[in-house]
Amino acid sequence: MTGRFGQVLALAALVVFSLFPLYSTLVVASHDNADLAAAIPPLLPGGRLLDHVGEVIERVDLGQAMVNSAVIAGTVAVANALACTVAGFAFARLRFRGREALFAVVIASAMVPTQLGIVPLFLVVDAMGWYDTLAAVIVPGLVSAFGVFWMRQACLEAVSTELVDASRVDGCSLARVYWHVALPALRGPAAVLAMLSFATSWNDFSWPLVALDPNDTPTTQVVLSGLAGGYYTDYPLVLTGVLVSIVPVLLLFVLFARKVVAVLAGGAAQTGR
Amino acid sequence: MRRAVTPYLLVAPFFLVFGMFGVFPLLRTAWVSVHRWHLVAGPEGFAGLANFRDLLLDPLFYNAVGNTLSIFLLATIPQLGLALGIAALLARRGAGWQVLVLVPNVVPVVAVALVFGQLLGRDYGMVNFLLGRVGVGPVAWQADTWAAHLGVATMVMWRWTGYTALLYLAAMRAVPRELHEAAELDGAGRWQRFRTVTLPGIRPTLLFTVVASAIGGVQMFTEPQLFDGSGLAGAGGSDRQFQTVAMYLYEVGFGRFDAGYAAAMTWVLFLLCAALTAAAVGLVRRVVRR
Repeated sequence: MTGRFGQVLALAALVVFSLFPLYSTLVVASHDNADLAAAIPPLLPGGRLLDHVGEVIERVDLGQAMVNSAVIAGTVAVANALACTVAGFAFARLRFRGREALFAVVIASAMVPTQLGIVPLFLVVDAMGWYDTLAAVIVPGLVSAFGVFWMRQACLEAVSTELVDASRVDGCSLARVYWHVALPALRGPAAVLAMLSFATSWNDFSWPLVALDPNDTPTTQVVLSGLAGGYYTDYPLVLTGVLVSIVPVLLLFVLFARKVVAVLAGGAAQTGR
Repeated sequence: MRRAVTPYLLVAPFFLVFGMFGVFPLLRTAWVSVHRWHLVAGPEGFAGLANFRDLLLDPLFYNAVGNTLSIFLLATIPQLGLALGIAALLARRGAGWQVLVLVPNVVPVVAVALVFGQLLGRDYGMVNFLLGRVGVGPVAWQADTWAAHLGVATMVMWRWTGYTALLYLAAMRAVPRELHEAAELDGAGRWQRFRTVTLPGIRPTLLFTVVASAIGGVQMFTEPQLFDGSGLAGAGGSDRQFQTVAMYLYEVGFGRFDAGYAAAMTWVLFLLCAALTAAAVGLVRRVVRR
């Protein structure tokens, strides 16, 4: 707004705002409590990080929790990529009775604050005998309204009506049209959807907290919250756990960053967060 | 015949999952809410509207509603304003900047809560250290109501501002250049062009972000739940000064196992959420005219 200097200052503030909490996590995780209590708290990373990683693993089953989380999030990611491209393809390129009405239901379902329905959801899942099973956290997340909406959008842009119709006239079954025509064209968006679904599932806290027994089937976020609970919070250890736990999502993000940004910049993410 | 069925088969998985884990539980909530119902043991008799009456007389419920509204406003208003500024700042810059501002959004909420819990620690937190440097006494971020609301709101802001900015940025780039040029010819200054061209141009996106923030705000759970050291055992501070409605719902349902009461609360909260969303949309419509 006000000249070059102002802009540079604003950009610098933006970098600090975005990254400082993560940097400070590294600083705290690599120091001991005594260092943090000094009159001037440390500003540079210390040398205790690896010791703390060992201590965290000794204290809680972070390894098992991360394996569980990876299984849950991985399944959810693949299922979303498949189910949402299938449904998106049908909504975009097939003509059937009630299509518009059904799609309106998809949009409306994205507006339901599902977190508030956690008690009724628990009653249903418990009645099915799914308490403390991976199914309890995987199955409700297999599809998302956001994914269906977005894959429909991607299909409208990338899969031509002519090609679909021509293949049908040539006698291709719908399954083959989807597999050989639609899916290859949707690879990019489907991969980003899978990555975002993975992150959402990996980051979920309140549902695994109630649907799983933390002593038996821990997930990463639940174990971390347990590590932080109690009379005294040992922040260097807790934030070491945090650092370890965000590595998978940060790695995925780095791999997909450009694509994710392109998707958001395309305005496709307007149905859900 | 087969042709007619296949499209429905393709969209069926979504409706099956959504129906079973989205719609059905909610409908069942209506049934549960008029009973005394233990979360694990099941129904313990018809209660009529007793759960709803108790809820409307429950001071803890109003406390949670007030806290949720307060934190929502403290988090959303600066967030949307800041996001507009960031979007304008990044409008003509490379995609690297967009990646940067999106980083906070991929950090898990649990991690955000724990990291900010440390930063906002009363005794050894970096924020109080910096405030001390400029002569502001140590703030009891967890114990003081307003400070706690501000602290929780900061976490929400940190995680969502960049994401919102990217949505605004995309919308701003779609506003036709000619409109800006025409306004400039008419002698409109930068600020005036922003108000009369940019804001109306991105109105749909503004509305979307407001709705999304309202829906997210009503559901806020993890940030306040993990804000103080007491973790899951806590009820939003010693005096429930930052207990949100989602936290109270959790306490009633999974702490007291009172599913009937929780079900009644779920319905009332759905109505409140709809009202809040409508109010927010109405406000934006009024402020940003076409």
